Order: sequence, then structure tokens, then C-alpha cells
Amino acid sequence: MATHEVTFPVTDSQEILKLRAGDEVVVQGHIIGIRDRTQIRIFDQGQEPPMDLRGAFLLHTAPNVRKRDDGGYDPMCIGTTTSARMVRFTEPLGAQYGVRAICGKGGFPDEAIEPMQRLGMVYFAIVGGAAALETTQIEEIEQVEWEDLMPECLWKFRVKDFGPLTVGIDAHGGSLYRDVQDAAKKKLEELYARL
Amino acid sequence: MITTDLEGVVEDAAAHLYVWALKDIPQDLRDALADAAGRETSVPGQRVLSTILRNIQVADDQKNLVCQDTGIAVYTCRVGEQFPLHPARIQAALKAGTERATVEHPLRSNAVHTITRENTGPNTGYRLPIVHWEFIPEWDGLDVKCVPKGSGSENMSFLKMCVPADGVKGIKQFVLESIVGAGGKPCPPGIVGIGIGGSADYAMYLAKEAIARPIGTRNPDPHVAKLEEELYGLLNETGIGPMGLGGDVTVLQCHIEHADTHMTLNPVAVNYQCWAARRATAHVSADGVVDYDREA
Repeated sequence: MATHEVTFPVTDSQEILKLRAGDEVVVQGHIIGIRDRTQIRIFDQGQEPPMDLRGAFLLHTAPNVRKRDDGGYDPMCIGTTTSARMVRFTEPLGAQYGVRAICGKGGFPDEAIEPMQRLGMVYFAIVGGAAALETTQIEEIEQVEWEDLMPECLWKFRVKDFGPLTVGIDAHGGSLYRDVQDAAKKKLEELYARL
Repeated sequence: MITTDLEGVVEDAAAHLYVWALKDIPQDLRDALADAAGRETSVPGQRVLSTILRNIQVADDQKNLVCQDTGIAVYTCRVGEQFPLHPARIQAALKAGTERATVEHPLRSNAVHTITRENTGPNTGYRLPIVHWEFIPEWDGLDVKCVPKGSGSENMSFLKMCVPADGVKGIKQFVLESIVGAGGKPCPPGIVGIGIGGSADYAMYLAKEAIARPIGTRNPDPHVAKLEEELYGLLNETGIGPMGLGGDVTVLQCHIEHADTHMTLNPVAVNYQCWAARRATAHVSADGVVDYDREA
């Protein structure tokens, strides 16, 4: 299991293809916060996102922030939510908008594996609940769109040494979540026999 | 005569407990996580646990919240029969304290109407916060425990009405399949709370009581304590691991609360508590003196 540093947004698909399930990744550059209602607005209500998502790293988050007098926002506590609720947006995010990485906690079910492989995308696992640390890795909130959805807006964060993340699903059909579930289901049969 | 504003005292205590619980997790939980980091052998599992320990340190240093999910505020109250404030007033004080903490800190407000999904206010609303009650004879004190319950783990709650013929084996199977099915979603390794017996609603109530216990405490009934030990061992054989990425440590503990039940019933409820198993307690005396306790 290798360790990588990747800067987002990516322009070279090799930056994604070099990652394998289980690898450790630290992220630099810019990442975009997104959540349930943001994606419902894009895909179910058909509104174009007012941010360029090409090559982007999306983070499943609804941050705690404080509004400054100049209209900007300071991060207070930024953490990550459960990804599985939003799995159906994976394919269109990659196919229509060129998103390359989705990061959240708890993983995506197996239905994300095929589109991620076809479109050259990865899923990064962050440590759920580790928000105090995550907040220190966000240098600035540079842009906020769709403030009416607060806190489920589109957020642009500049990050430094964001991680450590684990590649949960890679662009080659590999998924740690599928492997762990398959092994656990086999193990359950053995455990049931012992009860 | 000196009169104490007991309702104000309980409100202050609730406001303090909610924020304190979110920032300063109990020592037994810190010890359990450090112990888990010491015995985890998978590489992603070690990465997760060392990040969790770093996160707790950062929260301490920066006085920040451990996790951004300020949860749903759950209070468990033990009220002495001679405590001079009626539970109706205690409940009002807990609601007022929750609102104050949310506004003054400020904390993210999570409470919404369950149909319209409109925000209902500062982490309060119709029937929120949630309060569990226990009444204690021949005592004049009040214990209030605040358990901010994150939604990632609350979404991983499961109920099965096993039948008597399923026996204890049926209970074990249901708990195992629930925790494997939950995978990484409830932020493992955490506390698996189980309620058995009673009725459908009471089993889930007991499961929530179970997650609020200090880690590793055992049910006083030896039959139940034995089941806690056995399930703790079995759950850690599933290989789900920290954050569901595979490993040796799937749960920090398994706690069970039980009630006697009908001869035809065998209910089992599972309520998961994430690794950030936050709780904080205030002991309030009849004359209004408050003793804060992180470990109860």
C-alpha cells in the first residue's frame, strides 16, 4: 500500500489512475464541499452548479462556520458525513461534470464501482468524526454558492495536507468495502455455526 | 430563607453539559481508543485509529468540537423522589439549556420537522430534546447525563421481533448481521448498545440506555453480562474494522440492557454509538449545588 500526495483539481488522469484501494493519500490545493440538498438541486431540479467541477475533489460535508462582517465565512468545525446516501449522483458527477474524486465516510455501496472505473474516478475514505483535525487542514473558505441551502451549500476550500485519506474505491474496479463485506459474510457463516 | 432557582441551575447545567460533551470525551473512551490503536494490525485500521487519537488531541488543544455533528440532544435523568423540582420543570430547563448552548456557542442546529424538513430551532423542537427518566426512591438529588447522539450512528439502528424459539442464538445472529451490514457507516469502532426483552419500543429505549454507559461496565445480571462478553468477542471477529476499512477492532464494547418480557416475545434492538461516544453528567443536589462528572 503506497502513499501519495495529490493536488486538486487534477488535469492529468494519471494522478487518479496511480491510486489503488488501500493506498494512503494526502491532498493539497482546492476541494469542494457538497451534500444531499446541493446534489438534489443539480440533478433533480436541473440547476447548473455555479462552480467548475472539472477534475474536482468533492467532500461530503455540511460545515459549522461563522459569517464575517465582510460577508465571508470562517471555518469553526468542518467534518464529513455518511456518503452512502448520495451514491446515485456518482455517475452524473463524473460523466457530466468531470469530477474525479469523491470523499466521505463510511464508503459507497458496490453500485459506485463500475461508473468509477469507467469514468476514472476514486472514492476517498476520511475518518468520520475527526472534524477537529480536519478543520485545521482547511486554510480558507474561498467561495460559497447557493447560500440559501446553508449549510448544504457549494463550498470551495483551500486545503493543506488534507488527510490522511484511504483510497476506498479505485479507478480499476477495486473496492475495500466490497472486499471487507465479502470476507465478513463468509466469516458470519463460520460464526453462526459456532453459536 | 434562601431560595435557589433550581430550574435556572438545571438550565445552566444542560447548557454546559451539551457543549462540554461535544468537546471533552470521557477518559474511559480515550483509554479504549488508545488500547484499540495498540492492538489493531491492519494498515488502514491503524491509520484510522491514529487519526482518531490525533483528532482528540487537536480538539483538546483548540477547545474545538471532536465531531462536527452536534447530534440530537438526549438526556437521561435520574430524579430522586424528594428532589424539589418537578420533572415538568426539569424538562423545560433541559430544553432551554439546549437552546442557549446552541445559540451562544454557536453550535450547528440539526433539528428539522420530520415531514417538511424545515429547521425547527436551536437543536430543539416538538418532542426534542429527548429525555429518558428514571425515578429513585428515598433520594433528594438529580443526575442529568447529556448524550449528543450523532446521526451517522443513529441511522444504523435495528429492531427484530425474534420469537422465543429463536432463543439467545437468534439474538446473537441478529446483532452480528446488523453490525456487518452497517459496515463503516456508523463510524466504527464504537459501542454497540443492545436492548432485549420488554416490548418493541422499550427494547430500543434500552438499547439507547446501553450506549450511554461507561465503556466496559457490565450488566449486573450474570446471564446478560455473559452475553455482553460473548458478543463483544464475536463482533470483533467479523473483520469490519475501523471505519469499515477492515481490521481487528470493529467495536470498542458491547453493552446490553434488558427487561422482562411476555412469554411469546423475544425482541432485540440494536443502537450504535460511534467512536466519538460523547457523554457528560451533572449531579445536582436539592439545594442547587452542581458537581460535573465526565466519567459517569
